[in-house]
Amino acid sequence: MLRIPCPWCGPREEIEFHCGGQAHIARPCDPAALTAAEWADYLFMRDNPKGVFAERWVHSAGCRRWFNVRRHTVTHEIVAVYRIGEQPPPDGAS
Amino acid sequence: MKYSAFSIARNALTGHRHWPRQWRSPAPQPRYDVVIVGGGGHGLASAYYLAKEHGITNVAVLEKGWLGGGNTGRNTTIVRSNYLLDESAALYEHSLQLWEGLSRELNYNVMFSQRGVLNLAHNTGDVRAGRRRAEANRLNGIDSHWLDTAGVAKVCPILNTSPSLRYPVLGSTFQPRGGVARHDAVAWGYARGADARGVDIIQNCEVTGIRRDGNAVTGVETSRGFIGAGKVALVAAGHSSVLAAMAGLRLPLASHPLQALVSEPVKPVLHNVVMSGAIHVYVSQSDKGELVIGAGIDGYNSYAQRGSFHVIEGQMAALIELFPIFSRLRMLRSWGGIVDVCPDASPIISKTPVDGLYINAGWGTGGFKATPGSGHVFAHTIARDEPHPLNAPFSLARFTSGALIDEHGAAAVAH
Repeated sequence: MLRIPCPWCGPREEIEFHCGGQAHIARPCDPAALTAAEWADYLFMRDNPKGVFAERWVHSAGCRRWFNVRRHTVTHEIVAVYRIGEQPPPDGAS
Repeated sequence: MKYSAFSIARNALTGHRHWPRQWRSPAPQPRYDVVIVGGGGHGLASAYYLAKEHGITNVAVLEKGWLGGGNTGRNTTIVRSNYLLDESAALYEHSLQLWEGLSRELNYNVMFSQRGVLNLAHNTGDVRAGRRRAEANRLNGIDSHWLDTAGVAKVCPILNTSPSLRYPVLGSTFQPRGGVARHDAVAWGYARGADARGVDIIQNCEVTGIRRDGNAVTGVETSRGFIGAGKVALVAAGHSSVLAAMAGLRLPLASHPLQALVSEPVKPVLHNVVMSGAIHVYVSQSDKGELVIGAGIDGYNSYAQRGSFHVIEGQMAALIELFPIFSRLRMLRSWGGIVDVCPDASPIISKTPVDGLYINAGWGTGGFKATPGSGHVFAHTIARDEPHPLNAPFSLARFTSGALIDEHGAAAVAH
């Protein structure tokens, strides 16, 4: 069980959260101008690194707010937690 | 060597000291016509059918660990073909038919046991989806049918079919030809068959890079040096994205832990495979007597081959709800595998934008059942450089064209 530090509520158990997948995927500004390949990339293609991964979580059974987490996908260590709209802290990871 | 009752008797007389090794352990050659990355069931089956059906024997299977040590050895061994859509039904039924002759084909007992698979329904949505799936299966010639609650109780008497359950069993689909198989034996049988036809199986050989010349693949960098290849086929389950990235490709995959566990062994008590997608557990009893129990993936990306305990807690609660008789069983061990989950819960068996690079991935939570069929059509794809009609719909291009094959319902495992 992960212990996730919600940036609003502090550290809580994983069962209070849901993972929302990769973070920082911007919705295209001009959707009508996209090619099919660009749509596929936006909708389906995902980073899936073995290493530090930027992902979104929501504190479903708490403050119900979304936030960003940088977590290592092998050690499960949470490297950083930051609020939506904030820049990720520099940790040298992509 | 040919296995037979005679060979068992002869080796028994000599204390079983003279059984030959089942496959060689060769050093890698500098170059192969085809290099298959991943020595699990799907990779080994691909190599076997490349050699047997297409006469391509200058093939290496590279495995970073030991054969079948990934998801092949970590799944709950369920085999069925009761998928909803025509494309999936054809692919999984092709596989099931290969399963039915596999022990004879390989002269290797894969212990395929067609004990029947129940997919329970616990609410009206489940009932509608289950009936629809069973009817779709029948139209595709698959032996699936609908059972009402009394019918379920008859097939599986120890199942709690009382209406007082929080989520009562309202019915079930039933595929009698579904069942379980011995997972290790599948990998070993294909390895032995491929090796006998000249395929080099190279264990402890991790691929660290994919070399390209322009848009054509030329070989792989490995922990045992560069190995040239005319064609490279990636069959690496949870690590597919990592390998594809070495060739500059992005895939629509997310790698997640999928956990399973077994109980202490008991006498035969559960004679079918029982799956519940709604309260979420699936269980069968192995020939050793252990209950083999699985459920959904952990929600986060991971390559750690372990997951969170609350997932196990949830599936055990579901198990006890459905089978009160199991409440005092002790659990022996649990483990996790890393499954590569696709957005439409269907696999990718496909050419790629890189010439000579092929991928077989995205099986997510349900790859074991497809092992023979997957290898069979993937070998065709590699040998002919074009998909077999059965895997043409399962191309990487479907994410661009939009022709997704949504099997989240039939996958019966929460993603």
